Amino acid sequence: MTTVRSRLLPYLLLAPSVAFLAALFLVPLIQTITLSFSEDGVPSLANYTRMVSDLNFGLAVRNTFLLVLTVVPIQIVMALAMAMMLQKLPRGRDVVLWIWTIPLGISDLAAGLVWLAILQDRGYLNSALYGLGLIDGPTAWLTYETPVALFFGVLVAEVWRATAIVLVILFAGLQLIPKEYKEAAEVFGARPWTTFVRITLPLLKPSLQTALILRTVLAFEVFAVVYAIGGTNFPVLVGEAYNWQRNYQNTGVAAAYAMLIVAISLGATVVFLWALRTKPEQQA
Amino acid sequence: MADIKIDKIAKTFGNARALDEITLDIADGEFIALLGPSGCGKTTLLRIIAGLETRSAGRVIIGGRDISDTPTRARGLAMVFQNYAVFPHMTVYENVAFGLRMQKADEARIKAQVARAAELLHIEPYLERYPAKLSGGQRQRVAVARALAVEPPVLLMDEPLSNLDALLRLEMRAELKAVLREAGTTTIYVTHDQTEAMGLADRIAVMHGGRIVQIDKPTAVYSRPKTTFVGGFVGSPPMNFLPVTAASGAIDLDGLSLAAPRPEGNLLAGIRAEDFALSHSGEGLAFDVMVAEPLGSHTLLTGRSHGQMLRVVAPPNGDYPADTRLGLKPDPNRIVWMDAASGEALRQETAA
Ligand SMILES: Nc1ncnc2c1ncn2[C@@H]1O[C@H](COP(=O)(O)OP(=O)(O)OP(=O)(O)O)[C@@H](O)[C@H]1O
Ligand SMILES: [Mg+2]
Repeated sequence: MTTVRSRLLPYLLLAPSVAFLAALFLVPLIQTITLSFSEDGVPSLANYTRMVSDLNFGLAVRNTFLLVLTVVPIQIVMALAMAMMLQKLPRGRDVVLWIWTIPLGISDLAAGLVWLAILQDRGYLNSALYGLGLIDGPTAWLTYETPVALFFGVLVAEVWRATAIVLVILFAGLQLIPKEYKEAAEVFGARPWTTFVRITLPLLKPSLQTALILRTVLAFEVFAVVYAIGGTNFPVLVGEAYNWQRNYQNTGVAAAYAMLIVAISLGATVVFLWALRTKPEQQA
Repeated sequence: MADIKIDKIAKTFGNARALDEITLDIADGEFIALLGPSGCGKTTLLRIIAGLETRSAGRVIIGGRDISDTPTRARGLAMVFQNYAVFPHMTVYENVAFGLRMQKADEARIKAQVARAAELLHIEPYLERYPAKLSGGQRQRVAVARALAVEPPVLLMDEPLSNLDALLRLEMRAELKAVLREAGTTTIYVTHDQTEAMGLADRIAVMHGGRIVQIDKPTAVYSRPKTTFVGGFVGSPPMNFLPVTAASGAIDLDGLSLAAPRPEGNLLAGIRAEDFALSHSGEGLAFDVMVAEPLGSHTLLTGRSHGQMLRVVAPPNGDYPADTRLGLKPDPNRIVWMDAASGEALRQETAA
């Protein structure tokens, strides 16, 4: 009697959240899937054909991947370095961590606007460069004709905005590693860099995995920052979905974009889950 | 040459004094056991020697070189950690090989050294396993093997056999001693098992409350303790301390007269349990048996003499029912006289 109940109890306790998720996630997901694969109520691939043949599609895919493939590695490396430095601080860690995580509290649209104020024609950067005599007058960087500058603008804003979440995850992970492992490595002659590569990084793998999955999935959904800074000059996937829904009133193609993003995110998650798996016997 | 000079090392954690001016000279190739109760600062001292803990004062000199500010990796030592610190993400083989890899040893040497260390500690069957799949005692042996594999000039071991069963511990103890002697490794071995310290060490340093209270050969620490703490901590059973009073240069124990080391005053007579001669006719110090524990090689009697608890070793085959009254005659040459107030041994007259 008690065993049956104790075996069912976990499921009972999980049931409300599962139901909640099903209602608010699974149902819309299925709706989106059906929507993307139908035209006027008939099953069809028309939405996908239209999506792929659109002029902006290739650009959006390229831009999104370019952003993810640069932003995420930069963020991981920076967050790792920051977390390691933070750990070395004898005191005041909390204060530094707190300051570093301030951008987390700012919405992505607001963050985009902040960087727009810095980077636009009459922004702070232009004024500063002009003041230093490095440029002759206000220069436009965020236009269709200056894709490289625009890309770097978006890149800097994204790195500024979202590195802290990686930092928080990695710093928490670092603090879970008992210091004896590092000490043992040191005793047996490992230099700091060797200790980092051979001991710290492997033991940090679970946290790295979490951070990578979270950041990559979110990076594929990049939108507000890009639109604040570049408007439609820098097409990205979520932006195109928004465009098709809002401006062209075509929910079917928007749903196709949404499905594409889901597929890419799932793919990235599976890759990280596999590539950074920790065998149970190797767990600390 | 890897002699170690520990010069007035002190350590405070906040306001708490963990080490109080420790000074210790260890000869090249010597095996020193650090023996002391939990919390007396043994691990702290080892960590300072290894450079893992900052010292508050003092110097550490190894082989004539002041290494007080040398980074850990350049100190030329190996260590067995109290909580093993075996790397969880490496196989046992890679764990044992770690130090050699850091020294960029070639593969053949690594293989040979790992095999040797693994054989010594009986961990060959587990070389391909990960530490999570080992028992505590097996993991501990991996930690010892990892330290031995590098053949360090100085080896620091923090209770390296604490998790092994009695038989294995006895065996490992003997093998460790032989290997380290052959290699001429200068060893500091932390333990709170006094039989282990007695069996292994060239000298024992007994620590208490952040100080070394006595450092001497095992037999000397055992039979000539400098304080009541050492007498009570080293040896099982602990030393008996009999309160006596000297009058006109003699001490009277129920009619048995002993020459006193001082003409007058209160003293403690430190007497080991095996240093009593038993008399069934009741001659000597009156002793009432309370409990007799037959231990095979001898029988351990616990009882009272004038209200004072004493432990006495008796021959193995005797029968000692409770309340038997016996007479005890301590061996006068083996009595350690201590000052009753300070608990410190009086300066020893040369034993006959
Ligand atoms: N990091 C620390 N911060 C504050 N106090 C500490 C720290 N490490 C040790 N101590 C204190 O220093 C004293 C000595 O500790 P240590 O670990 O050296 O004892 P030990 O002799 O190794 O004991 P055990 O036999 O239980 O391992 C203890 O009182 C302990 O509470
Ligand atoms: Mg300790």
